[in-house]
Amino acid sequence: MKFTLSWLKEHLETDATLDQIVEKLTMIGLEVEDVDDKAALKPFVIARVLTAEQHPDADRLRVLSVDTGDGKPVQVVCGAPNAQAGLIGAFAAPGTYVPGIDVTLSVGKIRGVESHGMMCSERELEISDEHNGIIDLPKDAPVGTSFATWAKLDDPVIEIGLTPNRPDCTSVFGIARDLAAAGLGTLKNAAIPAVAGKGACPVDVIIEAPDLCPGFGLRLVRGVKNGPSPKWMQQRLKAIGLRPINALVDITNYVTFDRGRPLHVFDAAKVKGDLTIRRARDGETVLALDEREYRLTPEICVIADGNGVESIAGIMGGEHSGCDENTTDVLVESALWDPMNVARTGRDLGIITDARYRFERGVDPEMMVPGLELATQLVLDLCGGEPSELRVVGYQGYEPRGISFPVAEVKRLTGLEVSGAESRGILERLGFAAKGEGDVLEVSIPSWRPDVDGKADLVEEVMRIHGVNEIAPAPLPSHGAVNGQILTTLQNRTRSARRALAVRGMMEAVTWSFIDEKQAKLFGGGDPMLKLSNPIAASMSDMRPSLLPGLIAAGQRNAARGFADVALFEVSGIYENDRYEGQRRVAGGIRRGTAKMEGAGRHWRGNSPAVDVFDAKADALAALEAAGAPADKLQVVAGGPEWYHPGRSGTVRLGPKIVLATFGEIHPRTLEALDADGPVCGFEVFIDAIPEPKAKATRTKPRLDLSPFQLVRRDFAFVVNKGVEAVSIERAAAAADKKLITAVRVFDIFEGASLGEDKKSVAIEVAIQPRDKTLTDEELEALAGRVVENVGKQTGGVLRG
Amino acid sequence: MSELEELEKTISAEIAAAVDEQQIEAVRIAALGKKGSVSEKLKTLGAMSAEERQVMGPAINGLKARITEALTARRTELRDAAIDARLEREKVDVTLPVRRPPAERGRIHPISQVIDEITAIFADMGFAIAEGPDIETDYYNFTALNFPEGHPAREMHDTFFFPPDEKGERKLLRTHTSPVQIHTMEKQEPPIRIVIPGKTYRQDSDATHSPMFHQLEGLVIDKTANVANMKWVLQEFCKAFFEVPHLNMRFRPSFFPFTEPSLEVDIQCDRSQPGEVRFGEGNDWMEILGCGMVHPNVLRACGLDPDEYQGFAWGMGIDRIATLKYGMPDLRDYFDADVRWLEHYGFRPLDLPTLFGGLSA
Repeated sequence: MKFTLSWLKEHLETDATLDQIVEKLTMIGLEVEDVDDKAALKPFVIARVLTAEQHPDADRLRVLSVDTGDGKPVQVVCGAPNAQAGLIGAFAAPGTYVPGIDVTLSVGKIRGVESHGMMCSERELEISDEHNGIIDLPKDAPVGTSFATWAKLDDPVIEIGLTPNRPDCTSVFGIARDLAAAGLGTLKNAAIPAVAGKGACPVDVIIEAPDLCPGFGLRLVRGVKNGPSPKWMQQRLKAIGLRPINALVDITNYVTFDRGRPLHVFDAAKVKGDLTIRRARDGETVLALDEREYRLTPEICVIADGNGVESIAGIMGGEHSGCDENTTDVLVESALWDPMNVARTGRDLGIITDARYRFERGVDPEMMVPGLELATQLVLDLCGGEPSELRVVGYQGYEPRGISFPVAEVKRLTGLEVSGAESRGILERLGFAAKGEGDVLEVSIPSWRPDVDGKADLVEEVMRIHGVNEIAPAPLPSHGAVNGQILTTLQNRTRSARRALAVRGMMEAVTWSFIDEKQAKLFGGGDPMLKLSNPIAASMSDMRPSLLPGLIAAGQRNAARGFADVALFEVSGIYENDRYEGQRRVAGGIRRGTAKMEGAGRHWRGNSPAVDVFDAKADALAALEAAGAPADKLQVVAGGPEWYHPGRSGTVRLGPKIVLATFGEIHPRTLEALDADGPVCGFEVFIDAIPEPKAKATRTKPRLDLSPFQLVRRDFAFVVNKGVEAVSIERAAAAADKKLITAVRVFDIFEGASLGEDKKSVAIEVAIQPRDKTLTDEELEALAGRVVENVGKQTGGVLRG
Repeated sequence: MSELEELEKTISAEIAAAVDEQQIEAVRIAALGKKGSVSEKLKTLGAMSAEERQVMGPAINGLKARITEALTARRTELRDAAIDARLEREKVDVTLPVRRPPAERGRIHPISQVIDEITAIFADMGFAIAEGPDIETDYYNFTALNFPEGHPAREMHDTFFFPPDEKGERKLLRTHTSPVQIHTMEKQEPPIRIVIPGKTYRQDSDATHSPMFHQLEGLVIDKTANVANMKWVLQEFCKAFFEVPHLNMRFRPSFFPFTEPSLEVDIQCDRSQPGEVRFGEGNDWMEILGCGMVHPNVLRACGLDPDEYQGFAWGMGIDRIATLKYGMPDLRDYFDADVRWLEHYGFRPLDLPTLFGGLSA
C-alpha cells in the first residue's frame, strides 16, 4: 500500500515530520517498507533562458544564457529543439545527479563551448517519458525556486507492507485514522455528503447469487465529458505507481486508494438491459480490461447484462463496457463481494488487482453507499453531468458485533499496566464504541474491522496504540531446579551419530528432501503419494526414499569441480510413505575416490587405495555404536538393497527382523543411471530402528573382573572353500570353549594355487583367558584340538599344514 | 718399571684401543677372566709370605680395581658413541607432511551446529526440544493454527502439496514448524516449554529464499506467560546466540493467524562493512523473527481453555540466524554440499557448543 504525505494530510491534521510519521507507522503495525522523500529532485531549480544562440560548430546545438535566479547568468549548451529565449524550464547545475541519464553533471566543453549545467526534459527527471524537448513551464513559474516544490513533485511517497488482516488500512483514510489514534494528529472525519439525484437509475440490478454479493449500489450519470483527470489527481496516482487513463477510470482508482473502496464504471451506452449478479456459466468467457480473455466457471461471480459477462466481480471489469473519451453516460458501481470467493477467483485466474487486494481482505460494507456518493461527486466535479438517484440492492446494513472486554486482559496477556480509561480511549479513537466504566467494557466493532472478533484482538489494539516499547521485559519464572535430561533418546542418538561420522573425516551435507523421480525409483521410491503436485523443478519432484542419491549427486558435483575424493554424510529424514511414521531418521554417507578415513589421495608414505565396502561397513558400524546400538548383538549378513554391488554389500541386523543398516559399494549400473562415476561406497543407518535402551535402576557399572592369570594367544590357519564366510570360522572357533575363549579375530586371508582351486586360507588368532589356574600344555593342546574340530565340523575347514 | 706397572700399561693401552663392546669384552676376559692376566697375578698371592702379601695384595687388587673402572668407563663411552652413530643414521626430514587427523578434517554443517547452539541456550532456560514430521495434514499446518479455509494468509505460504487421496484430502509439506505446537499441546498438559527445530518448505527460490529451509519454533504455555516474558526470552536468546553483551531489539505489531497479539522483531545492526554484520551498533533494523501470544482459537483447537491457559510462540529462520551470525552470503549454498564451502563454513566435529565453554569459543 502506497500513498503520499500530502494525500495523508488530506485526512490527518498533523504537525508531525515525515520521520515521525514513518516511525509511528512501523510501531503501530503498519510497517514502512520504503520511503521516497524525492530528495533526488531537490537540486533542480526553475530557470529562464535569456538568450539562445546557434552553436558555432554544431547545427543542432544552441548556446544558452540561463538565469537561474542568482543574477549571474550561466552558459549552457543545449540540443533541445524548443530551447529558445524566454523559455522557463528546470535547470541542473554542475554536481547534480540526473536520474534519467544516470549521470552526475560536471562543467564540460561540448564541441568546444563550455557548458555549466543542463536544461532538462521530463524523462531526464524521470517524471514522464517525454523527451521531445526540455521542460517548458508557464510564464509565472518563479525563477530560482525549487522546481519539484513548485510542480508538487516533492511529495514524499510512503509504502507500507500491509498484513493481510488489515482491510481498513488499504485506504489513506484508514491509515490516517490509525495515526490519529496513536496521537499523531487529528483525523479529518467529516461525513461524505449525499448527492441528490434526479429520477431513478434506469438500469436495474438482479442479484441471483446473494451468497457472493451481499450488496450492490449503482447510479447513472448522464452527459459527462470524459477527458484526462486533473493534474493533482494524476500526480497522486503516478506517485503510487498507477497510470492515469481518463477521468472516470482515475476516479475509481483514486477512491480505491483514498477510501479502500474499489469501484467500477460502465459505459452506459454499451450496457444492454439490466445487470445480473450471478455465477458464471461453465465455459463462458470475458475479455477483461487487461486485454486478456478469461475462461470462467460457476465458481466465479460475474456481473452480466444482455450481452453476456461484463465484469469479473470484485476483480476486474470487462473491456467491452469500459469507459473511454467517448463515454457520455456512465454507470458507477459500488458493490460488496464475498472475500473468499474473490480470493479464490483471483488465485484461479491469476489476476492481481487493487480491487482484489481489498475485497479479499474485506471491504467496509458501510462504505458502499458513501463511496458511491464520493465517486459521484468527483464525476460531477471533473466530468460534469446529471446524476440519477442511487439504486441499492441486497444490502442488509451492518449489525455491529459486540465483545465483553475485561480491561485486565491487557495486563494478563501483555504485562502492560494500562488504565481502563486509556484502553477505552484508544478503542474509541480507532472507531470502536465502548460502553461501561468498570472492569468490563462492552465494545462494539466498527464495520471496517472484520479482523477483530475476540478479547485478544482488543488487547492487540490497545497494545499497539499504547506502544509495544512500553512493555518491559520480565524474566520467565525459573523452574527452580537443575535441568534433567532435555533431549530424547532419538535426539541424542542423532547428535551422536552426526559427531561420530564427522570425527571419521566426513563432511556433513544437507541435501534436498525432494529428488528426481528417476533417482527416487532407483532407490526403491516413486510412490505416487510422495510426489509433489507442484514441485519447484522437475528434478525436485519426489520425496527421497534414501539419503544416498542426493549424496552421490553431491559427490559427483564436487568431482566435477576437481574434488574427486570426498566423504559426505547426512543425518536426516527419508520418506517411506506419507504417514507420520513413514518418515525415518537415517544417517547416511558416501565415500568417493580414495576418501578413506585415514586420508585421501597420494602421500609420500603410501597412496590411499580406492574406497570399498569395508570403508562403508566401518562407517555404518561406527554410527551405529555411537547411536547406542548394542555392538555385541549386531549381525552382519551378506547382501543389501539392489542399488549396491551384490557381492560387495551387507546388511546389519538385530535379530531376524530389525534392519539397522545397509552398506556397500554402489552398483555400477546405479552409478551409471545417476550419471555418476566411482568408485563410490555408501551406507545408511536407520537410527530410529535402534531399540530404546532398558531403563536402568542404577548408573553403577558392573564390577570389573580381572583374571590374575596371563592371557594366552594361539594362531590357527584353516583351509576352507572360498564361499565360507569368515564370521562362521570365528563363531565356530569361539564356540569351542565359551568360557575360556574371550576373542577370535581373523588376521590373514590367503588364496593361491598351492591351496587348490576354490580354496582359501583363513588365519585366526584365538585369545584364551584362564580363569582359575594357569593352563597346562596338555590342557591348551586339548583346547586347540576342540577349536580345530569345531571349525572342521561347522565349516569344513582343515588346519593348514 | 715393575711387572705390575708393565701389565697395567699394556691393559690400559688395550682398553683404549678397543673400538666396540666386543673388543672391550675380549680385553676384560684377557685381564679379569678366570685365566686373565690380572686374575693370574691374584692367584700368586696364596703362595706368598705374609709380608710379601701385605705389599703385593693391595697392589694387585688396586690394579684390578683400576682396570675394572677403566673398562666400565670405556664401555660407556663406546655405547654412547654407538647410540650417537645410530641416531645419526636414523635422522629423517621432519618437515615431511603427516596426514591430518580425521577429526580435524570432518565437518559439522552450520545448520546442525546452530541447532546445537540453540539447544544449549534454551535447555538452560528449561525448554525441551520437540520435533515433528515434514509431511503434514492441512489440519495441523493450517486449520488448527487458525488459518481459515480460503484465507489469503494461506496463500502467502506457497505450499507444496501431494496428490489427493481417495477422500480427496491432500497432504502437504509443512510450511512452518508450528504444526508441532499443536501435536505437543494435544499430547502434553501445560506447563509447556518447548523449542522445535526442523525442516520447512515453501515454493520459493532465490538468494534469500530456498524451497527447503529450517525454522525454530518456540512455545510456552502456562497460566501467566505474557508478552513481557516473551520479550525477555527472545532478548536473552538473541544476546546469548549472537554472543554480544548488548543488543537493541525492536518489537513491532504484526499479524500471524495463530497469534494474537502478534509481533515482529528486528535487531539493530551495522551492515556497513560488506559481508559482516555487527550487532548492538549501526543504523539498520533487520527482521529476525515473528512472535505473539498463542491465539485463543489455537488453544481451543487443542482443548485448552484460553481463559485459563495462555502463552506465547515464536518462529525464526535457522538458516537466517546462522547467516547473520556466521556470514554465509547465499542461502542456496547451504544445500549444495560443496566441500570447499563445508570446509570453510562448517564446524569441527569436537567443537560442541556449550554455555559453560562459550557457544562458539
